[in-house]
Amino acid sequence: MTTTSPAPAAPRAAQEEPLLRLTDVRKYFPVGSSRLWERDRAVVHAVDGVSLTVARGETLGLVGETGCGKSTLARCIARLYDLTSGEVWFDGQDISRLSRRRMRPVRRDVQMIFQDPYGSLNPHRRVGSIIGDPFAIHGIESRRSRRQAAQELMERVGLNPEHYNRFPAEFSGGQRQRIGLARALALRPKLIVCDEPVSALDVSIQAQIINLLADLQQEFGLTYVFISHDLSVVRHVSDRIAVMYLGKIVELAPTDELFELTRHPYTRSLLSALPAPDPDTADSRERIVLAGDVPNPTRPPSGCRFHPRCPKAHLDCAASEPPLLPVLGDGAEHPTACFYPLEPGEDLSLAVSEFAPAAERPRGGTGDTP
Amino acid sequence: MTAPQPSPTVHVVGASDAEESPDERRIQGRSPWVLAWGRLRRDRIAMISLGVIVLIVLIAIFAPVFTLLTGHGPNDQYRLTGLSPQGLPVAPNHEFWLGTDDLGRDILVRIAYGARISLLVGIVATVITVAIGVVVGIAAGYFGGVVDTLLARLVDVVLSVPFLLVAIALVSITGPSLTVVILVIGLFSWASVARIVRGQVLSLREREFVEAARSLGASDTRIMFVDVLPNVLAPVIVYTSLLVPVVILTEATLSFLSLGLPPPTADWGGMISEAVPYYQTSWWFVIFPGAALLITTLAFNLFGDGVRDAFDPRSERLLQQ
Ligand SMILES: Nc1ncnc2c1ncn2[C@@H]1O[C@H](COP(=O)(O)OP(=O)(O)O)[C@@H](O)[C@H]1O
Ligand SMILES: [Mg+2]
Repeated sequence: MTTTSPAPAAPRAAQEEPLLRLTDVRKYFPVGSSRLWERDRAVVHAVDGVSLTVARGETLGLVGETGCGKSTLARCIARLYDLTSGEVWFDGQDISRLSRRRMRPVRRDVQMIFQDPYGSLNPHRRVGSIIGDPFAIHGIESRRSRRQAAQELMERVGLNPEHYNRFPAEFSGGQRQRIGLARALALRPKLIVCDEPVSALDVSIQAQIINLLADLQQEFGLTYVFISHDLSVVRHVSDRIAVMYLGKIVELAPTDELFELTRHPYTRSLLSALPAPDPDTADSRERIVLAGDVPNPTRPPSGCRFHPRCPKAHLDCAASEPPLLPVLGDGAEHPTACFYPLEPGEDLSLAVSEFAPAAERPRGGTGDTP
Repeated sequence: MTAPQPSPTVHVVGASDAEESPDERRIQGRSPWVLAWGRLRRDRIAMISLGVIVLIVLIAIFAPVFTLLTGHGPNDQYRLTGLSPQGLPVAPNHEFWLGTDDLGRDILVRIAYGARISLLVGIVATVITVAIGVVVGIAAGYFGGVVDTLLARLVDVVLSVPFLLVAIALVSITGPSLTVVILVIGLFSWASVARIVRGQVLSLREREFVEAARSLGASDTRIMFVDVLPNVLAPVIVYTSLLVPVVILTEATLSFLSLGLPPPTADWGGMISEAVPYYQTSWWFVIFPGAALLITTLAFNLFGDGVRDAFDPRSERLLQQ
């Protein structure tokens, strides 16, 4: 694919234009009282400078602990929120500042699936009309063919089309998630943002939904942003994985590389919480238990936001923020935001944070124990 | 929108997957309304009250039948047969089943015609009240911000205006009429409905199905009336069923104070007020219109209680048995 002549760069660039590109997306929520004379109100830095791209037909996984801003980022992509700053480029167009009217055609291409299979379906409406909603809103299909289209969608996602007239309460959690999926599919979108689509489901049902998502991706050429706090789920579905911590991406890599060549201590701590795929190696696996809770996002820590909990934090980690760039000779597809990334095979359980109190260090740099 | 009537349940035999329970074979869904109706139907007191309400409605509709039966019009004065030689009302007898009033009119026939006024005002004023309250409440809750603040102030103002004073002032300007009674009641009762609805919408607005509608590109109007409205209807219906008797009483009060319909219109509140000077000599004159009013408001209140219980999720399990 390498071209020697630099002239036809423009059409090539257009061809390679990713379906979705976020540049420095920020979303802050003001919290507390909204008195006019209160100058400095507390602000939740829910998403704080996220840049990433998603190629056509790929699945980008997004992981991170609860409260790190995954849902907020998803809603920024779907333009359910107005951004505080930054840009969201979708299909060659910056949609972050489109008016409501100009946004309408884009909404056909960007759909969302929600975490809560109970909350995302209106309990007072029949599933047929819920699934037919996209047609009604965009004025496509007549009333009669809308019913037929909704029934075809139900069939496609594995629901009995005869249950068209039922209410959401009469379906199980997994079936409801299928209903939400049918609604998202109705307008044949290009991108579906799945915000923890299986987190509320039983493990056995999770697999069914994930397989369905994979089938639909094949069939309709869909692109997914797949969000979960569970790395094992994300690993299953993603081509690439972005790890998020307190509103920022800390590591981004192709799925296998993220697992084999983990660079960020936070990613490693998430990985160590997973059950080992191979029982033989299970014993040799380190367990990293992070100290403390996720910090308050209204006042994120200085420098690297992970430093108060990082097992190998150095004093300078608190001073400045590590940029999200490839480290230790990694390729451009694997950036990490860390000043002291992990070497292959490095044992993080032996590391000692320079921020830990001296008494808690078993063997440390101070070395005053005989 | 889902009608609050029970929809027919279709059972399809044989068309089921292996994993489905027998209940799964039902094709027709049971809406929350149908479920609530199912619970309401098991409530004996509510059903008796509903029967009484239906009876009163029938009496109102077929009031002319009482004229046919007795041969007395509602405003006909029977000075010879309907008044004693001293000019006092006559007690119930074979001609005047519930006695007569001070002008020798048949109380039974007037009660039947009076039911028309009570129900008409009770229902029309309630509908106006609820319509205004729902629209204002949904708008305030859904849009929030400045809209909410302005509407909340308006609600405060309406709730703090002395209702009777304004009613008296209005009637003294326009003269008593059915329209004024309905408007006065409607314009002063919506504020509490708006408050209830606003509170509900505030939490509904954050629900994911509203976000889903928004992500599909639905307009605010569509979200408010297609997605939000059905979810606030339950408390609104409960409130409405308890509001009807209040409105009926208010209308009677206005008529009692001569702020309601002008005479000689048959009206329960007006009849009671005409009867007050005679309470010692002619008990039937005050008792029967009073009983009509009491039974009507009691029936609506008990029915409203039943509706509230039927929509209460805590009684959900009753139906599962
Ligand atoms: N509407 C909001 N107003 C204020 N704070 C919010 C709002 N939505 C989310 N947050 C805050 O932003 C942070 C990120 O939330 P969220 O995006 O839901 O995280 P996640 O989906 O990763 O669990 C949390 O601290 C949360 O409390
Ligand atoms: Mg979330």
